[in-house]
Amino acid sequence: MISSNISQPLVTGQKQYGDITRELLENTEGRPPLWWLIAFGLGCLALAFGGWAFYMSLSQGLGTWGLTNSVGWGWDIINFVWWIGIGHAGTAFTIFFLVFRQKWAGSINRSAEAMTVFAVMCAGLFPLIHMGRPWLAFFILPYPNTRLLWVNFNSPLFWDVLAISTYLIMSVTLWYLGMVPDLATIRDRTKNKFKRTIYGIFSLGWNGSLYAYNRYETLLKLLGGLAAPLVISVHTIVALDFAISVLPGWHATILPPYFFVGAIFSGFAMVLTIMILMRKAFNISDYITWKHLDNIALVLKYGSLVIGLAYGIELFIAWYSGVDYEMYTFFNARVSGSFSTAFWIMVSCNAIVPQIFWFRKARQSIVVLFIVSILINVGMWFERFVILISSLAEDFLPSSWTSYQPTIVDIGIFVGTFGLFTVGMLLFIKFIPIIAINEVKPISKEGQRVTIKNEKA
Amino acid sequence: MKKTTYWKSLEELQQSTSPASSGEDLTSTPTPIEILSNNENDKASSRRDFLKWCGISFFSATVLSACENPVKKAIPYLTQPEELTPGKAAWYATTYQHGNEYCPVVVKNRDGRPIKIEGNELSSLTTGGSSARAQASLLGLYDDGARYHHPLKNGNKISWEQADYEIINKLRDISANGGRAALVTSTLLSPATQQLISHVQNMHPELEVITWDAISYEATRKAHIRFFGENVFPQYHFNKAKLIVSFGADFLGTWAAPAIYAKQYAETRKISKDSPHMSRHIQFESYVSLTGANADTRIVLKPSDEKRFLLALYGEMLRQTGQDDYAGTTISDAEFDLKQLASDILEANGYSLVVCGYNDPNCQLLTCAINQMAGNYGKTVAIDNQLMIGQANEESFGSFIDELRSGAYSAVMFYNSNPVYQHPKGELISEALKTLTLSISFSGTRDETAEACDFILPDNHYLESWNDAMFKEGCYSLAQPVIHPIFNTRQMQDSLLKWTGSDMDFHAFVRNFWTERLYPLQTEYGDTQGFWLNSLQKGIFERKAETTRLYNANYQGLPIAADAIRQLISQADGTELVIYPHLAMHDGHMANNPWLQEMPDPITSVTWDNFIAISPAFASKHQLRDGDVIRLHEKVEAPVLIQPGIADECMAVSTGYGRTNAGKVADNRGYNAFMLTGVKNNFRPFSDVLASWEKTGSGFQFARTQTHFSMEGRAIVRESTLDNYKLDPAAGNELHAYHEKHKLTLYPENIYEGHHWALMIDLNACTGCSTCVISCQSENNVPVVGKDEVRRRRIMHWMRIDRYYNGTADNPGIVFQPVMCMHCDHAPCENVCPVSATTHSAEGINQITYNRCVGTKYCINNCPYKVRRFNWFAYADNNRFDYHMNSDMGRMVLNPDVTVRERGVVEKCSFCVQRIQDGKLKAKKERRHLNDGDIVPACVQSCPSGALVFGDLNQKDSRVARLIKDARNYHLLEELHTLPSVGYLTKIRNR
Repeated sequence: MISSNISQPLVTGQKQYGDITRELLENTEGRPPLWWLIAFGLGCLALAFGGWAFYMSLSQGLGTWGLTNSVGWGWDIINFVWWIGIGHAGTAFTIFFLVFRQKWAGSINRSAEAMTVFAVMCAGLFPLIHMGRPWLAFFILPYPNTRLLWVNFNSPLFWDVLAISTYLIMSVTLWYLGMVPDLATIRDRTKNKFKRTIYGIFSLGWNGSLYAYNRYETLLKLLGGLAAPLVISVHTIVALDFAISVLPGWHATILPPYFFVGAIFSGFAMVLTIMILMRKAFNISDYITWKHLDNIALVLKYGSLVIGLAYGIELFIAWYSGVDYEMYTFFNARVSGSFSTAFWIMVSCNAIVPQIFWFRKARQSIVVLFIVSILINVGMWFERFVILISSLAEDFLPSSWTSYQPTIVDIGIFVGTFGLFTVGMLLFIKFIPIIAINEVKPISKEGQRVTIKNEKA
Repeated sequence: MKKTTYWKSLEELQQSTSPASSGEDLTSTPTPIEILSNNENDKASSRRDFLKWCGISFFSATVLSACENPVKKAIPYLTQPEELTPGKAAWYATTYQHGNEYCPVVVKNRDGRPIKIEGNELSSLTTGGSSARAQASLLGLYDDGARYHHPLKNGNKISWEQADYEIINKLRDISANGGRAALVTSTLLSPATQQLISHVQNMHPELEVITWDAISYEATRKAHIRFFGENVFPQYHFNKAKLIVSFGADFLGTWAAPAIYAKQYAETRKISKDSPHMSRHIQFESYVSLTGANADTRIVLKPSDEKRFLLALYGEMLRQTGQDDYAGTTISDAEFDLKQLASDILEANGYSLVVCGYNDPNCQLLTCAINQMAGNYGKTVAIDNQLMIGQANEESFGSFIDELRSGAYSAVMFYNSNPVYQHPKGELISEALKTLTLSISFSGTRDETAEACDFILPDNHYLESWNDAMFKEGCYSLAQPVIHPIFNTRQMQDSLLKWTGSDMDFHAFVRNFWTERLYPLQTEYGDTQGFWLNSLQKGIFERKAETTRLYNANYQGLPIAADAIRQLISQADGTELVIYPHLAMHDGHMANNPWLQEMPDPITSVTWDNFIAISPAFASKHQLRDGDVIRLHEKVEAPVLIQPGIADECMAVSTGYGRTNAGKVADNRGYNAFMLTGVKNNFRPFSDVLASWEKTGSGFQFARTQTHFSMEGRAIVRESTLDNYKLDPAAGNELHAYHEKHKLTLYPENIYEGHHWALMIDLNACTGCSTCVISCQSENNVPVVGKDEVRRRRIMHWMRIDRYYNGTADNPGIVFQPVMCMHCDHAPCENVCPVSATTHSAEGINQITYNRCVGTKYCINNCPYKVRRFNWFAYADNNRFDYHMNSDMGRMVLNPDVTVRERGVVEKCSFCVQRIQDGKLKAKKERRHLNDGDIVPACVQSCPSGALVFGDLNQKDSRVARLIKDARNYHLLEELHTLPSVGYLTKIRNR
């Protein structure tokens, strides 16, 4: 006899529609709580630190960073890739929801999308500021000019520009369109005239008619379909920045899929971190249930396996290729040598620690989930560190080998992006429902009936 | 316009109608803000307000914008000099000389200012080669911080007339009172100056001339007096030697005439299939010198052991020639097979050469004897047409110091001499000078001795002076001013002429000297005017006559010398100290030159500092780490540097650092190793037994340009031995054929229809002297970035000398490899630039368009050779980088043909594209094709050993086209299939 699966309810607590609206609009309607104000203050401080660091690198030059003649990219590009990776989860969730009909994702995708938008904004900062002359950044756009200058279509950096800007536009669009019905709900409920006007403008005259819903669903599905390849393309192209080059440790065909999986992995970990914090802050555990956290943990476990496999394959290919330089980079610089600490942090955080999610108990412990989600992002940061720095610092000619130390300005810019991210997320929490009310309502009754599959048995 | 005012309460109505009740003083003058804020109607702004605000905005905008952008003036010639075309370079031949240093040069002048120095190709001594110091001497011309701008008396400005008046009076008094005067000078190479001085001495017999060198070659002369009865510094013909044995002589780096020796040495090291012969070079030394690094066999010995080996070699030679061995020292075969060496020297039958670097007359005498027994005199060593260096006399200087302190002198003058810094008794000299009636320094730049003198009468820079030089007997060169004196300075010779009442200037004096003394020696020119002008144009005049002569040696002094050396050896116990001249700093007189400060020492790759080099074994024995500061002789504190290849129980220190009054660049940088030198038997031997040393506990950070020294088994520098080469010219280079055979690419190879520029580097001829590095820096406006930035590994040099070790840490094999942009045909940097700022020219040059570069640094990352440099900061006009590019005077040295790069752009070697364009234009104007060798990049031009060859691969008979087919040719990282335009010829060692 085959045992039957019974789907669990996606929203617990036997909510009525009215309850849902009320509970989920709490954050936008009330006064901001104390923790919000404190966090906002801290975020602004971090942003100010970042502003100073930004000013330093603009006014003094990139010499204020820790880069050397050999290590041309350091924390800037590490952070860029890291933030881009984090920015993957939002769109992925939306696509899970819209394209793959993963209804459980409905209550998460709003926050995940917000996270994506701010993460991509943080990421987008780095390619701009890492330029020696950022005031000429427009050179990188293929705009018509009388000098007949054109960009180099062979350069992955140009592909980056296209991929990231497309991705940012797409994720902002998806995020924004997804919140239109909710903005209309706020508009309709608020008693403040000013607020009504603002929300009124942004809700695009939404009237909640069946007709509107029909069009709206179609639009979202189409956009979701369009966005799906972007999720893959962005990080693939970021990976090509490295794979196209000649450096040992960069020049590898495995990098695009490896980066893509890594991105989903780190993005999901960040979603998990944020969901846990939000569950703590707001009374939303009926909407983001154990089941949600469990699902994310399972995805992380799967991602961890793929990442671990990728690490293994990289090492194997380095050995199998018989190329001295590759062998040195992987076995002498990374596994043992100057970068072994970072390498083993990377391996343990990404490939080993998440294996704890084989245990149901671990998946159901908020503490474990939280710690692991943080560790994964630490590990993913170190992954980018290892890839970038070890290949650059110890490449072909030993005469040019250098060490790499970040400066206070490097750190400042990184902290500043955290500030930007925090402030952005807090503003989002304050002004927009963190869970898509219009998505949750249709699924709120789901799972309350017992569905028996495999009826044949 | 009057507005209707409404009131809402009686109080308000009352207040508004009776303002006086509020107690305000209505008669007070309104402030500008009040005027602007419109008292009479503060409800809304009127059109009047708008205009007022406009007015003040425009006004402040005008004022503020006028504050910005200071006006820079480009002033044209009022009357254009006839021979000067703006934008067109003129070249003048002159001579770089300072003490024992010498290099005939030509100076490139653009719009009246010298911007580049190159070796004079007409000189038979250097044939166009130069040294890093000669290259960098240009920058000293524009060192407005270190040069004296006018005469000084006790630190106060004084006019030349006043100074002359006072000095002439004082000299007259001294003369009348029977006082003594001394002129202290380093070795004078200038015959005209020498004649002038003897002319002055004739008039003033009380003037003594005391010749003293900080780095002296006096012992060689003394030994030749004892051995041949002639006071000479012989000329060595390294090019004729089949076996070169050097005892501590760094003849390729700093000893005697390295630029000349490097050229001769390279002649014996360049090897081809047709003539597979090269010299064998054995170096016995205690520290790692440039010469030792190039040697086929390098024996590491403590200084005392070096002498023991020299003595034993002499004894062995005595035995092998059937004489009585009174040397009394033998070396066990386990240490070194001296028997073999002695028989090799004898077998070479006059074509060996033994040199000794110690300024010790006994050692030099042994060297003379060995050379004489080997039959080398007359073949590889000659005492006719000697070199004029090393005329100093330490003994007379010693007694001079004593007499100076006892008050025997009334007047002392210093010319090209800085004993306060360079002599261990400098402090005493400085004190004694203060008690004199008259003390004069002719130093053109700040120095420690000048600071102690009453009068500073600044000499011109050599590029502003008339002079001549005779480095080798019969080889004269002229020095002419290439720019009017920038500051209110006067040549020392002119001062002397003035004081002796002559109305002649030194220009006329030199001219007379040449036409009277040298004109009769030649037959080419029939009139003195033609001779003078031609000599001036060529810069050199060489008398061809080489005499052959008999060498009657006197061996009588040898047993005594052997005894003395034996005694010296027996005294040497414990840690020994060896002092050597720094390759870039030398005796320290150009220490304020930031180019030289930032030139990486080719052996240690340290910039901006000197150090105490110790062996790894010594370091581990005493638990010393790189940068640990130790105290020597309780005199100097300096950091240690662990240097493989130094003798155990030996510390090596270099001179030239530790200046205290040289200028902002050099002051208090490093430590003064001259303080560690001692005078023994009237000589400064530059090696000593170390009395004491102790750790201080403090640390220090070096700025090194290379920190990893192993090739990690990669085929970067390919090396083989002569025996293997004879069997197969491709020995050591087997990989080249492999990669050529197995190369595979998706892309078509570039086709060059016109030129295809290429550079070939013969690793066998390259000595690592780094002249090319400074030449490149000078030609291409490469900025100086300072110690901190070098330490962060951000040196801007377009060209670097990589150095790798192989073998053991006790005595490693050392190889050098000059690396610049490879100008790859499949350049990895080019395809990754998003804005196409770096592109490939139709002539195979990888070029950067600075204006287009946005500075993503992707090209830097993707360059496997890491030759690209990023402008991390604005290096010009930035107080943070207060070197020559931060002042209007210093910037005069910049080459107007090369852009000064902005902050944030990438730069690198361009194959001196400005020279290529210039050469092409010249050929075009002359309606001819380019010839091989017409175009010479700066690095190639300056190379004293001719290790670099530049040319067109498409020109069938060019040297590069021939060399690239040589079996020794390979490309760096050729397995990447980047198809570099730079090729290397394998290093062959004769062992």
